[in-house]
Amino acid sequence: MALYSDKVMDHFMNPRNVGEIPDADGIGEVGNPVCGDMMTFYIKVKNDRLADVKFKTFGCGAAIAVSSMVSEMAKGKTLDEAMGITNDSVAEELGGLPKNKMHCSNLGADALHAAIENYRSKAKGAPAKEASAAGEGESKTCPFCDAELGSGAAPICQSCQIEFEDCPECGKLASNNDAHCPHCGAELKKK
Amino acid sequence: MSANENNPLKNNEIYMDHIAAAPVRREAVDAMIPLLRDGFGNPQSVHGRGQAAAEVLGRAREQVAALVGADPWDVIFTATGSEANNLALKGVAPARKKKSNRIIISAIEHASVLNPAKTLGKDGYEIVLLPVDGFGIVPVERLKEELGKGAGLVSIMHANTEIGTIEPIEELAAACRERDVPIHSDGWGTAGVIPVNMARLGVSALSIAGQNFGGPPGAAALILPKGTPTRSLIEGGVQERGLRAGQENIPAIAGMGVAAELAAKELEANAARTKAVRDALLSRLPAAIDDVYVTGDPERRLPNHASFCVKYIEGEGMLLFLNQKGIMAASGSACTSKSLKGSHVLQAIGVETALAQGSIVFTMGPESRLEDVDTIISVMKPVIARLREMSPIYKRK
Repeated sequence: MALYSDKVMDHFMNPRNVGEIPDADGIGEVGNPVCGDMMTFYIKVKNDRLADVKFKTFGCGAAIAVSSMVSEMAKGKTLDEAMGITNDSVAEELGGLPKNKMHCSNLGADALHAAIENYRSKAKGAPAKEASAAGEGESKTCPFCDAELGSGAAPICQSCQIEFEDCPECGKLASNNDAHCPHCGAELKKK
Repeated sequence: MSANENNPLKNNEIYMDHIAAAPVRREAVDAMIPLLRDGFGNPQSVHGRGQAAAEVLGRAREQVAALVGADPWDVIFTATGSEANNLALKGVAPARKKKSNRIIISAIEHASVLNPAKTLGKDGYEIVLLPVDGFGIVPVERLKEELGKGAGLVSIMHANTEIGTIEPIEELAAACRERDVPIHSDGWGTAGVIPVNMARLGVSALSIAGQNFGGPPGAAALILPKGTPTRSLIEGGVQERGLRAGQENIPAIAGMGVAAELAAKELEANAARTKAVRDALLSRLPAAIDDVYVTGDPERRLPNHASFCVKYIEGEGMLLFLNQKGIMAASGSACTSKSLKGSHVLQAIGVETALAQGSIVFTMGPESRLEDVDTIISVMKPVIARLREMSPIYKRK
């Protein structure tokens, strides 16, 4: 049996809607390259509908296929309809994903929702800020496996055995093995 | 037999994942088929069928021993290299526990050494992980330091499969001998590929696997000199000096024996051939494509091993695209591992986690050709460009 279904391979080999939208109405980003998958979604909104959806993805075959599938499913939908797309429904539409990829690579819907939330917060007049699932605020989870991180100065994911720190520039989580922040490229101080 | 008959690859296939599994040699298959058909005897039996099987087993034992300069009776046949590593760790450490419960291993060992060590750690042993330098070499001085604090067993691989680095085993073993501490080495990747001689290396135990040099799956061995106090992991009959009970896999072992004999004969020529391909790939790929970095030691390196990290992209995507063009390679990226964990080897040599995701490993065999390097580079250029176009971190350059 092949690693991926034909549909996953098709979306991986010929991804739809790759790219950026320079004057995007909303941008959403999930994951980071440390965990192996990072997706950035760009949306253009017209009359409460997604007039255009584009993405850029760093990740495995599944991550790229998921991004492509989400962009196809979302285009033309109303924002509320698009918010109803779930990671599970994306996986289903792709004819299934390997079990071990369901969690880590299947983040496309999250990235789309982040872009819509980004648009909505901007529309409300809130300060324009890139929405991010791995941003600051609420309790932190491991960008690898989503497990809750131990609180403290240096959050540690017990299951991945990786220690994180907050990037001094963008405030997002970075593995403290790295010299540079995987999100913004800022230099991280070595201990 | 010509090299061609030993090359089961289709015309458009470039198989460069030999360290995962090498093609099984036709001569080995030819030796195995009659044994599968008619060689059903149990070597423990007194009758003719049994004794014929015992003879086959004895012959393979000699062939495998000869490959690594061991005494035939030092060969404990196992099913896999992992099993051999488990036996070395979980078998030898308990027999040495009274002397010392410290086990020293390198940080870049294979999971079949790391995980048994972890388990022993839970059972009250103290596990010391030796760090490596940026090329993956275990510093001899660091080992000496740790040996000074006492040790029951040391296990350091002969060569690393992910980055190709060959460890200075002779020196590491000499340091162990000075302290009278046994040292085991995982010879996956080296036996049958570079000269491996137990006495010259000075190791107390060595794991080897037939799959590395054209033997079939299902046969491997721990070379463990007689008289080494060892606890059996599989108890039962007296097979393999009582250290590995259970009826032997005679056909697979016979195939491994044939492959071992041929590997010894052809070792030098094969190493020279793969080395030419390796060197071409190591120098030309980073020259042809920006931000491609060689991992591992450029000099102390397996002759059939070229490994890289490609920046801004992830390994699995590369492997899938290469496979579409008939090129088969490996990666240590988190996404390609079943556990989705990044490579502990790349982490140990200080490769940034994000860069390590772009890991790609080519391991050549006797059928690999210099022209393959041209093909690989011409395929990789657009594949990497395409994946980078898609990558959200590439734009940030």
